[in-house]
Amino acid sequence: MSTDLTVNGRAARVTAEPTTPLLDVLRNELDLKGARYGCGLEQCGACMVLVDGEPVFSCAREVGTVAGHAVTTVEALDGHPLRQAFLDEQAGQCGYCLTGILMSAKALLDRAPRPGRDEIVAALDKHLCRCGTQYRIIRAVERAAARLADGAGR
Amino acid sequence: MSATALPLSLAANPSPAKWVRFDPDRTVHLSVGKVEIGQGILTALRQIAAEELDVALSAVRILSGDTDLAPDEASTTSSLSIEVGGTAVRLVTAEVRVRVLARLAQRLNCAPDDIAVIDGAFYRGGQPTGQDYWSVAPEVDLARAADGATAPKPVAAYRVVGQSAPRLDLPAKLAGAAFIQDMVRPDLLHARILRQPSRGARLAALDEAAIRRAAGGALRVLRHGNFVALLSENETVAQRAAMAAPGHASWENVRQLTPAQQAAAWLVGQPSDDRVIGDPLPPAAGPVVEATYTRPYIAHASIGPSCALAELRDGHLSVWSHTQGVYPLRNALARVLDRKAETISVHHVQGAGCYGHNGADDAALDAAVIATLVPDHCIRVQWRREDEFGFEPLGSAMSVTMRAVVDAAGRPADWTAEIWSGSHVQRPAMGGNLLAHEALPTPAPDPRPTDPTEAAGGGGTRNAIPHYAIPGKRILHHLVPGAPVRTSALRGLGAVANVFALESFMDELAARAGADPVAYRLGLLGNSPRAARVIARVAEMAGWNARGKGGDGRGLGIGFAQYKNRSAYAAVAAEVEVDQEVRLRRVWCAADAGLVVNPDGLRNQLEGGILQAASFTLKEQVTFNATGVGSIDWESYPILRFSEVPEEMTCELVDAPEERALGVGECTLGPTAAAIGNAVAHALGMRIRDMPFTRDRIAAVLLQG
Ligand code: FES
Ligand code: FES
Repeated sequence: MSTDLTVNGRAARVTAEPTTPLLDVLRNELDLKGARYGCGLEQCGACMVLVDGEPVFSCAREVGTVAGHAVTTVEALDGHPLRQAFLDEQAGQCGYCLTGILMSAKALLDRAPRPGRDEIVAALDKHLCRCGTQYRIIRAVERAAARLADGAGR
Repeated sequence: MSATALPLSLAANPSPAKWVRFDPDRTVHLSVGKVEIGQGILTALRQIAAEELDVALSAVRILSGDTDLAPDEASTTSSLSIEVGGTAVRLVTAEVRVRVLARLAQRLNCAPDDIAVIDGAFYRGGQPTGQDYWSVAPEVDLARAADGATAPKPVAAYRVVGQSAPRLDLPAKLAGAAFIQDMVRPDLLHARILRQPSRGARLAALDEAAIRRAAGGALRVLRHGNFVALLSENETVAQRAAMAAPGHASWENVRQLTPAQQAAAWLVGQPSDDRVIGDPLPPAAGPVVEATYTRPYIAHASIGPSCALAELRDGHLSVWSHTQGVYPLRNALARVLDRKAETISVHHVQGAGCYGHNGADDAALDAAVIATLVPDHCIRVQWRREDEFGFEPLGSAMSVTMRAVVDAAGRPADWTAEIWSGSHVQRPAMGGNLLAHEALPTPAPDPRPTDPTEAAGGGGTRNAIPHYAIPGKRILHHLVPGAPVRTSALRGLGAVANVFALESFMDELAARAGADPVAYRLGLLGNSPRAARVIARVAEMAGWNARGKGGDGRGLGIGFAQYKNRSAYAAVAAEVEVDQEVRLRRVWCAADAGLVVNPDGLRNQLEGGILQAASFTLKEQVTFNATGVGSIDWESYPILRFSEVPEEMTCELVDAPEERALGVGECTLGPTAAAIGNAVAHALGMRIRDMPFTRDRIAAVLLQG
């Protein structure tokens, strides 16, 4: 049995059983390692990806349920202002939490181009960062938002 | 510098050839034993090498933590990477430069001082010589031992060190594969472990058929004594098997725990190894003030559960691990597996932040045990979240009683810190066991818990002696070997609880003397200008002079320590709001870390330490159930969330470039815990002396009031 879905804009047919966690499919079948295992319990956000633009914990989402849908992983963020903003702010210590956070941040910026600090915090609150990098991460998202808004204004 | 004063790392590996190589692609290949654990050390070490050699930062490549290829620098711990590892790299690269330039000077028949180095190329009288490191180094003996006699560059000449440099590992971590968890090798088998619930527990029965049914795919169940591994080519199958396995195993002789044992107070009065450190008893006569402070067991709680890979091929065992020390791990593996160390290679691969001794080394033994039983496969062990919370060594609970004899002016004339604690370091090299060793057919003997010596900065005693000028100071240390769970190094070791206690107590003494907390501290720091400077600075940053009387639910507090009483100085001020819970509004920090290699990298570590300490102080507490750790997920072990991060946080580095470079990974934790404690006391007019400051604790204190 196979499942057809779109991953980062491209059609993908995966052979894993439909009940396999999307996270395992992305990492082991499609070799997309950006979504990370943190808990498998929908509690930390390390595995966050977008399904049709909405943040989803891929550790607990069966791949069969995303058949026909569009999955976006951090690998698709090449060149996105968010990535540069995280580098500019040096928003990372160990870095394990960051790819999941980038996905929630992208979903936020796609729907609210000029979010306030409170909106950013709310969008990221399902993510844990054990290194205590949250302060810089919030700044990085603010910076990316400003850059996107500048770009849009031109 | 005499040969005896070589930093440890260099004394153990005196040949520059072990550290530095010039590769044909015009890069410098630096090999180091210290490893990246999220602190940015590899970036800082590259800066140091680029500085001494006068090559571009981008021309320095680095390899770290590898028993085949890198020098033995023991473990990456205690904020010593920059002090010890950084000094070694500085001396080695300075020596290499001198040797290469001496050779060129000989060729050109000039003095070495006549040669200038720009981007790795050599100039004489402003003219290119056509020579560079890569052309001259092959003629130079880099294997001959360095004696550390070569003077590195003067600080005034620095152009790379002291400038913020971006972390070199960050781009990959933002993009995708970057961690040990992402490694793939041929013949990969995914493994999960069914853990022995406690030392000495025996597996009475295992329903393998039921586990296979739950796994839903091809699964190999490997039993070796009381060690059980679940193996599959399909990770999902292995994971499902692991989720089901505990429910299909029955164990005998399982240790029983009670929730009372999770409290620090349980340790008090247990059989203990006792020591008196510092001035002898009895204390001076006079009025005595006393208070007791506690912190519970705390988890490292890495966001990425431990992982390791191992394979046995042609009699050689290769292990990939996010350990803090590849050589100590190799020795431990050799002992447990009864193999010669030369038949084992350990390669460091980055994992998520560890904050001390977590499950990393245990996972490496898991993988190595399986690899020796299932050769010619690459065994990838991934701990589950529940494994990491349930089985990693914990930071010990501590009960700290501060007792001061005060003089007529209300100043401490004599100070005793009485500490009850489990061990703070049980790495295998310090008498601890790797976890799986206890489950093997020939199990490890019971561990002999010890604690780091005072010369190594102490464990449970770390920072318990006040930095302040007090005529008599001592520690009564009770090391409890029978702590109910395995404990080991967690960021800051005993310093977190001790500084929380000490600095809370300073505020209590100041209040008793009717003095302002900052002025009271400064009055006892006449002999320590660097300490006084960071305290005064953070008070200024926080607008201390405008601090109100308190008691109205808003509070401002301060905390200070010189880490290990010999490393970086840090003062932290915290502003809180308290109603039913504590809300951290703003934080300021002033730190003096001597010579700073990478200012932004350092600030990043100060900030991380502050937020992690805020998490410890406000939220964290491991709980026990009947058979072990009960808090095995993020719901039962909550940590600081984005919505709880202060809106404002400012960290400032006080300039001291002529002073020795000091590590800062741990220096802010104790001061932050104390600053929050003091701020909460200021806000409430009542003090909470037990971490964490949960809703229940606040309610209890308010009820008393
Ligand atoms: S791994 Fe999915 S939420 Fe933690
Ligand atoms: S940077 Fe390490 S967990 Fe966030």
